[in-house]
Amino acid sequence: MTSIVKPPVKHPSLPRNALGLTRRDYEGAMSTLCAGCGHDSITAAIVQAFWELDVPPHRAAKMSGIGCSSKTTAYFMKQSHGFNGVHGRMPALTTGANAANRDLVYIGISGDGDSLSIGLGQFVHAIRRNVNMLYVLENNGVYGLTKGQFSASADIGSTSKKGDENEFPPIDPVLLALSLGATFVARGFSGDKAQLVPMLKAGLLHNGFGFIDIISPCVSFNDHVGSTKSYRYTREHYQELAPVDFVPLRKEITAPAEAGAGDAMSVAMHDGSVVRFRKTPEDYNPRDRDVAYRHLRDHQRRGEIPTGLIYINERSQDLHTLNKTVARPLVELPYEELCPGNAALQELMEEYR
Amino acid sequence: MSGVNDFAFKMATVNGTGSASANGLLMQAIFRMGIPVSGKNIFPSNIQGLPTWYEIRVNRDGYMARPEQIDLVVALNTGTYERDVAAVRAGGYLVYDSSWPLDRSLIRDDVQYLGVPFGQLCVENFEGDRPRTLLRNIVYTGTLAALFDIDMDVVGEMLREKFSKKKALLDANFRAIQLGHDYAMKHFDCPLPIRLERMDATRDSIVIDGNTAAALGCVFAGATVGAWYPITPSTSLMEAYRTFGERYRRDPDSGQRRYAMIQAEDELAAAGMVIGAGWAGARAFTSTAGPGISLMEEFIGLAYYGEVPCVFFDVQRTGPSTGMPTRTQQGDLMAIAYASHGDTKHIALYPCSPAECFTMARDAFDLAERYQTPVFVVSDLDIGMNDWMVPRFSWDDAYVPDRGKVLSAADLENVKKFARYTDVDGDGIPYRTLPGVGPKGAYFTRGSGHDKNAAYTEDSDAYLELVDRIARKIQGAASAVPAPEVFRQEGASVGLVALGGTHGALREALDLLRAQGIGADYMRIRGFPFAAEVADFLNEHEFVFVVEQNRDAQLRAMLAIETGVPRDHMIPVLDYGGLPLTAGRVVGAVTAHLEGAAV
Ligand SMILES: Cc1ncc(C[n+]2csc(CCOP(=O)(O)OP(=O)(O)O)c2C)c(N)n1
Ligand code: SF4
Ligand SMILES: [Mg+2]
Repeated sequence: MTSIVKPPVKHPSLPRNALGLTRRDYEGAMSTLCAGCGHDSITAAIVQAFWELDVPPHRAAKMSGIGCSSKTTAYFMKQSHGFNGVHGRMPALTTGANAANRDLVYIGISGDGDSLSIGLGQFVHAIRRNVNMLYVLENNGVYGLTKGQFSASADIGSTSKKGDENEFPPIDPVLLALSLGATFVARGFSGDKAQLVPMLKAGLLHNGFGFIDIISPCVSFNDHVGSTKSYRYTREHYQELAPVDFVPLRKEITAPAEAGAGDAMSVAMHDGSVVRFRKTPEDYNPRDRDVAYRHLRDHQRRGEIPTGLIYINERSQDLHTLNKTVARPLVELPYEELCPGNAALQELMEEYR
Repeated sequence: MSGVNDFAFKMATVNGTGSASANGLLMQAIFRMGIPVSGKNIFPSNIQGLPTWYEIRVNRDGYMARPEQIDLVVALNTGTYERDVAAVRAGGYLVYDSSWPLDRSLIRDDVQYLGVPFGQLCVENFEGDRPRTLLRNIVYTGTLAALFDIDMDVVGEMLREKFSKKKALLDANFRAIQLGHDYAMKHFDCPLPIRLERMDATRDSIVIDGNTAAALGCVFAGATVGAWYPITPSTSLMEAYRTFGERYRRDPDSGQRRYAMIQAEDELAAAGMVIGAGWAGARAFTSTAGPGISLMEEFIGLAYYGEVPCVFFDVQRTGPSTGMPTRTQQGDLMAIAYASHGDTKHIALYPCSPAECFTMARDAFDLAERYQTPVFVVSDLDIGMNDWMVPRFSWDDAYVPDRGKVLSAADLENVKKFARYTDVDGDGIPYRTLPGVGPKGAYFTRGSGHDKNAAYTEDSDAYLELVDRIARKIQGAASAVPAPEVFRQEGASVGLVALGGTHGALREALDLLRAQGIGADYMRIRGFPFAAEVADFLNEHEFVFVVEQNRDAQLRAMLAIETGVPRDHMIPVLDYGGLPLTAGRVVGAVTAHLEGAAV
């Protein structure tokens, strides 16, 4: 099997973004995932988010590990560089790339096996370092690519396709990220594009580590009755805790605040864009980590899957801010600014005598 | 035989008691007297309380390898008295702390005992346990200054430099030096026959360790991203990079950093960061030791197959497993040459001294970017952590980094279609683009099977085309890595082959062998894949001795694999106990073999 290239078809009638690009310009190779795989829906939402944000495709870098989920970086934005690395190590590659060139928009795609088992350490440390990137965890509760073993996000009591029951407690990446001090934590569902797109956009613009856990059913190995990561289970237990709208900097904020309890809370991003929360419960404050934690636990206890932008720290400082790196990307510094030169070396040599 | 400007001595102390700086002071004082000197720190993997030794060799002819015999031991660790007394050559000296009587069993009649009440002097002259412990080292430094006739002005000058901002410490140190000096002058026949006389042989040299030199090379070569996970004996490389970065890479106006150094969560992550940064276009490196290399292997394969430039410093220590972390070895040669699963082969450089750590750091970045592949600088604990006297470094300001075949946005304008992995120039090296350059330059890097357009493939022919090209590319580097250094002697009957930090011992061995009437040629290999001259040298000699510091004759195996020269053409000389090689070890092995062969 070789990769499948989509025929370039020009559609003069397609809507264009501020760069004059259509959504097609943000697509990639044809997906080779199973028909109905949640991951493909996420890919579509990502295409939409980048297109709406007017990100020039070549200014984005797509990073991933290994898994069905990690393959999807090939299925969007063919005009972007992509790096499909090794299993569970996407965060390190992204950290290094970002250290070298801070000006690109980094999106990392991972799976629950990739992030919560083999790559748990890297996931945790990318959060600690607050690497400026959007980290998308396409969470299906199984290892799709190796054919259906339980992952570390499978719930206790959920059954595999073969009928085995999972006995180990799950790792909830959202709770984990919150407790680690992540500065942007969200959860979505692959089947709800309307909610996903604004969250993806906000995550892309967040100055630091933007984390979105997306429930993404695996139709081949984990969409049966008894799986808590199935379409049906997710639809039934889905709770929009903190749904958002996203208003980018350039667009005038004209929409009036919606009426209702606790709505219209706005959070300004570092570039002046605004994330606006709809319908959040009255006592919900997405800037308060403790509140977010409490809400999540409450919903979880009731068997609900709370979604939306759960926590945000709009004053987040990314790795480069903390490192006090120069504003220009390191890859763009001319060699003359990097080499101290022989005169300096000779001066230094005196100290070794 | 030992004598003026030709002797060796060692200090036996307990680690964590401050002896390291006193020993460094001694070595530097001798260096400043213009006399060639080398120092080897033989230290435990421990923070405080275990035995540690520091060996200093003074040699007017410039032989810097680990000394064969010790003329004088300063025995300050009662825990190792027995072996320290035994270490003194017949006719040599033992300096010990006579505050307490020496056990009779420790008395040898072929050794002169020089007792100095170090402890008592410190108790009488200084207050507090810590200062007394620390200053005891300075007192013995003073004693040795008297015994060896070290220029006290030089020592004084060094103390003043060191404590220029701490008057109280300066005074205490001066007092301590004087105490030790005066005691020796009064009680012993100073100087001893093993003593120093000013020379003028160090004017163009410096004293530096290989890790510091490598870090300096990284800064000068324009490396901007360093990622690492602490591990002896490589840690000081990254620490030095930090120090030089703060000094040379701060924006003069804003104070912001023109480099990023990341302490990773483990070596896997460190490797990934370096590969990510190399992919994005930075000169990026990591430094580690054997255990780290083991962890990095999967990523190394990715960089090899995805063709991403990156530089790895492996400061080897004694393996396998955790091994002896503070002892030296050349045990990672094969692990590096063929690191990672599947068919791989890597460019490696073998510095023989801190001077080459400096230049090979630069070479490594050039080669990594030119060949779009991981490059390894294979150093070791002896080179990396010990102070070596080497020629002063210089930098060619006309140097331009070799960034390899990178297509800019303008270049892409002139390209019909960019295909990442095609062999356009017939040298196996494809063209690459950096992320962000433009839509036309985009491609997908992956460790999975890919064709020349960088598209996923499971097609045999497409796969073969790619891996065979990579093999050609890497083999092409054989002529670009530093060439072997070959020393020939008229009428030489045998050849010696080695690499890395054993160079000093080999040079000395050549002279010792010649003195015995055995002429030998010597080739020091400096890079992998092996240059054509390597096979030539092997074939030119009826047989060669391959000298290396590992148990399994790894270099010999690599030579057999790569050149086809049969193994029995290469006699292994192996020294892998964890200490730097001595010339005598080589001479002994060669003569034993030749005698055996003659029978
Ligand atoms: C080092 C290593 N070990 C094991 C594998 C095999 N492997 C490939 S994908 C995968 C699990 C992927 O699961 P997940 O990240 O959840 O992705 P999904 O396929 O479910 O989207 C495993 C174990 C591998 N590629 N590399
Ligand atoms: S196996 Fe599951 S995760 Fe993989 S492509 Fe199919 S549905 Fe998606
Ligand atoms: Mg999965």
